[in-house]
Amino acid sequence: MTLTRRSVMVMGAGAVVAFGLPMRASAAGEDKIAEFTGGADMAEGGITLSAPEIAENGNTVPIEVSAPGAEAILVLAMGNPTPGVAEFRFGPLAASQTASTRIRLAGTQDVVAIAKMKDGSFARASSNVKVTIGGCGG
Amino acid sequence: MADNVRPRVKAPRKAEPGEAVTIKTLISHPMESGQRKDSDGNPIPRSIIHRFTCEFNGEMVVDVAMEPAISTNPYFEFEAVIPEAGDLKFTWYDDDGDVYEETKTVAMA
Repeated sequence: MTLTRRSVMVMGAGAVVAFGLPMRASAAGEDKIAEFTGGADMAEGGITLSAPEIAENGNTVPIEVSAPGAEAILVLAMGNPTPGVAEFRFGPLAASQTASTRIRLAGTQDVVAIAKMKDGSFARASSNVKVTIGGCGG
Repeated sequence: MADNVRPRVKAPRKAEPGEAVTIKTLISHPMESGQRKDSDGNPIPRSIIHRFTCEFNGEMVVDVAMEPAISTNPYFEFEAVIPEAGDLKFTWYDDDGDVYEETKTVAMA
């Protein structure tokens, strides 16, 4: 097959379609992030997200977030039907910017935590959790 | 009104002035996500607790906005500074307008 200009264009369009689909699945999550950060850059580090590597039951997955100096932490499950999980806002009497809870995960996916620091900067951490049994019913 | 909603809080009864204490809370609630379907295939409407706050003598410790991805019987663990004797007030806000409250008194050691 000779590589004409036309065939290159067709292949390019096909690639956009092929790669565009999986991105759309997490677009709602990206929108949530943009809404929280206002499009600002996010640093790696400064925030810790603890989640199990393998969760047998997606109905209750223990997680812990910790970001010293944060005023708010947003937790997202990028592979859930709705990506939002929780937003923690720490008041003046919070001894540490740490919180634990239990969340639902529909399947194997990345859990993302974003901290908004007091100086207005943002930090991001993510953790991949393998889920044996999904937790959103159906 | 979700049935049998019962808040449970574990907080110390005494603390040193300025001490950081760990607080654990659990409230029994189905946290119906709105994603599930009943046996006839009809979606079960969402019914969750969407906000939880903890205050000490009126000052905020933590304020959590919750989504359907929080598990049944929402559990939270966090740390608070206890500057003086007073009351820890915990409030849960249900989708249906109900508000569940719990108060724990902390004395000075």
